[in-house]
Formats: sequence, C-alpha cells, structure tokens
Amino acid sequence: MTGRAPRLLVGLLAACLAGSSAPAGDMVDKRSGADFMSPENRAMQADDMSNPGMFAVLDGEQLWNRPEGANGRSCAGCHGEAATSMRGVAARYPAFDERSERPIDLAGRIGECRRTRQEASPLPHESPELIALTAYVAHQSRGMPISPPQDERLAPFRDNGRRLYERRIGQLDLSCASCHDARSGERLGGSVMPQGHPTAYPLYRLEWQAVGSLQRRLRNCMIGVRAEAFAFGAPEIVELELYLMERAAGLPLETPGVRP
Amino acid sequence: MTRALINAPKTARRGEIVEIRAMLAHPMETGFRTGTMGKAIPRDIINRFVCTWNGEEIFSADLFPAIAANPYLAFTAVATESGTIAFAWTGDDGETRTAETEITVT
Repeated sequence: MTGRAPRLLVGLLAACLAGSSAPAGDMVDKRSGADFMSPENRAMQADDMSNPGMFAVLDGEQLWNRPEGANGRSCAGCHGEAATSMRGVAARYPAFDERSERPIDLAGRIGECRRTRQEASPLPHESPELIALTAYVAHQSRGMPISPPQDERLAPFRDNGRRLYERRIGQLDLSCASCHDARSGERLGGSVMPQGHPTAYPLYRLEWQAVGSLQRRLRNCMIGVRAEAFAFGAPEIVELELYLMERAAGLPLETPGVRP
Repeated sequence: MTRALINAPKTARRGEIVEIRAMLAHPMETGFRTGTMGKAIPRDIINRFVCTWNGEEIFSADLFPAIAANPYLAFTAVATESGTIAFAWTGDDGETRTAETEITVT
C-alpha cells in the first residue's frame, strides 16, 4: 500500500511534465538514443575510463588553456574555469548570434570567438581541435537538461528547421520524421532507429571510430537517404540543429556519448 | 605524447585480485582502407602491449588490424607488492608509448 501512492504521484508528475514540455515533436515519451543501445555500449559510455570520447574532452581541456592567435589569449584567459563558466552553456545552444542575426551552434560560437577575440586562424569544421574544444565545453553541462533559449528571434529559424525535419528528401524520399517520429524503436536493417534526440554530441561513434559532431551525423543521414547533404556550417543544418534541440528539450546532456 | 586512460586501484590488500584497465588513443589504421583518389592508407596499428609490475611482466598482448581504434584492454592481477605498474604500447611506427601508475599494497 505504501508504495502505491508515491508511484501514482510520480506518474502524474511525469504526465504533467511531459504535457508541458512536449512542444515541438508532439512526443510524450522522449528517450535518449542511449536507451536504444546494447547494454555493452551503454556501459562503455557510462564509464569515463572506457569511453573513448573522453580523449576528446581531455584534449579540449588542454586547448582551453593554450594561448592562441595574435592576442596570445587562451579560452581560459577570458572565461576562466570552464567547470563554472561553461556549465549549462551547451544546453542552451544553438543560440541567437547578434552579429550575423542568425542562430549559431556551439562549434560555430567557438569558431567565432577564436576569430574575433583570439584573432587566431579558424579551425576547419570537424577538425580534431574544434571537436575537442566543443566536447570539452559541452562536457561541462553533462547531466543538465537541454533548455533551448526562449528567444523569439529564433522562432522563424526553428520553424524552418521543423520544415526541413518533416520534408521528404533524396532518392529514397524520406524525411527525418519518417524514421525518427513514425518508426522510432523499429529496426532499419540491423540497427534500431532512435528518436533522434541530439543529447550526446560531440560523440564517439563506433562506426566512425572517432568523435564527430551533430552536423556530421545529420549529413550521414542525408547521404543515407541519397539526398545531397547540406554543407558543414550551412544555415539549413544549423536550423535543423536548432529544431532538434527544441524537440529534445528536457533530456539530460550526455557529452561525450558513445553510439553504435 | 601518450594519450592513455589508465584505471587501476591506488591501494590493494596483499593477495587481492585487482582489475587493471588501459585504453590508448590510437587510430589503429588497418591498411585496408583507401583515402582520397583511391590511394591506400598505410597500415598504422599498435601491435604489442606489455604491462609490467615493478619491472616484471604480468600481461602482454599482440594486436592485429581487426582491433578497433583506441584499443582497450582489461585484465586482472594478484597484488603482491607495492610499486609501479607500467604500460607500454609499441606501434608499427616503431615507437613505444608508455604510461605508469603507482599502487600501494598493504
């Protein structure tokens, strides 16, 4: 008897939370991609000593403290300890960038900071250095719920992201929603289709044998449906990221994740 | 520079079985892949791993191209004396990457 009331309460609470925070994806039972993995892969992610993504985080820590560019400043020179200054930052990205008046993702922001504040040479998309810095910054928010900024300037871009998510593309004529909304949990070939929540980026993908960004993953999917993929850093791909983070709102960040 | 994650207990009781886990950051390039313009990417793997406890070998392994990037090895040993557990990974490039950790046995 004693156990029943709290459980009911928890159930109600969960229902309320789900009701209030299910804006974009109309998804009640949000689950991280980690929930769809094998127990072995989950254990690999859970233990920092067996998670290869931690190499990127450790590299990122060194880069954070290394002076770069004409100003000779390191990230730490302005931002100090990442553990405090960067806590929760990744959970709010992509955010609105005042200068370009567009949404900008975390890697984009790091690149901008490098260009304008450090006056250093830009890091190419998917370069190990940029991935490492992004992973280090995002790692500081591990465990925090994804909380997209309530900035109405982002709304039109987010809507466009949603349109892109729902638009059928490629020779296979599939949209993101065709698999990740309508058929999540089912199998595509041998692998389970998760709900497509970007909770753990940058992450170590076993298929890549490397750490990669959400943009790399999105491009993979586009190539998979035989569409022409958006370029790294293209406005559309950032808008997709923006919508996906809104759709995943409330799920805890896991960076660095491990995925098959 | 060695980039390795070592997980071994700092202390152990004499006779206790301890688990030692070591992961090295390495691409383990198989030699079977092709890069731009169809050119073969030369093989570059770690082919030998040796773990010593106070200089005495307690575990070693030969590694082959089918082993994934960032090779991860976990094994157990009986704690007999305090000292240094040393790890050495030798690659196709002939270089040996080393790491070590201290353990106190009581």
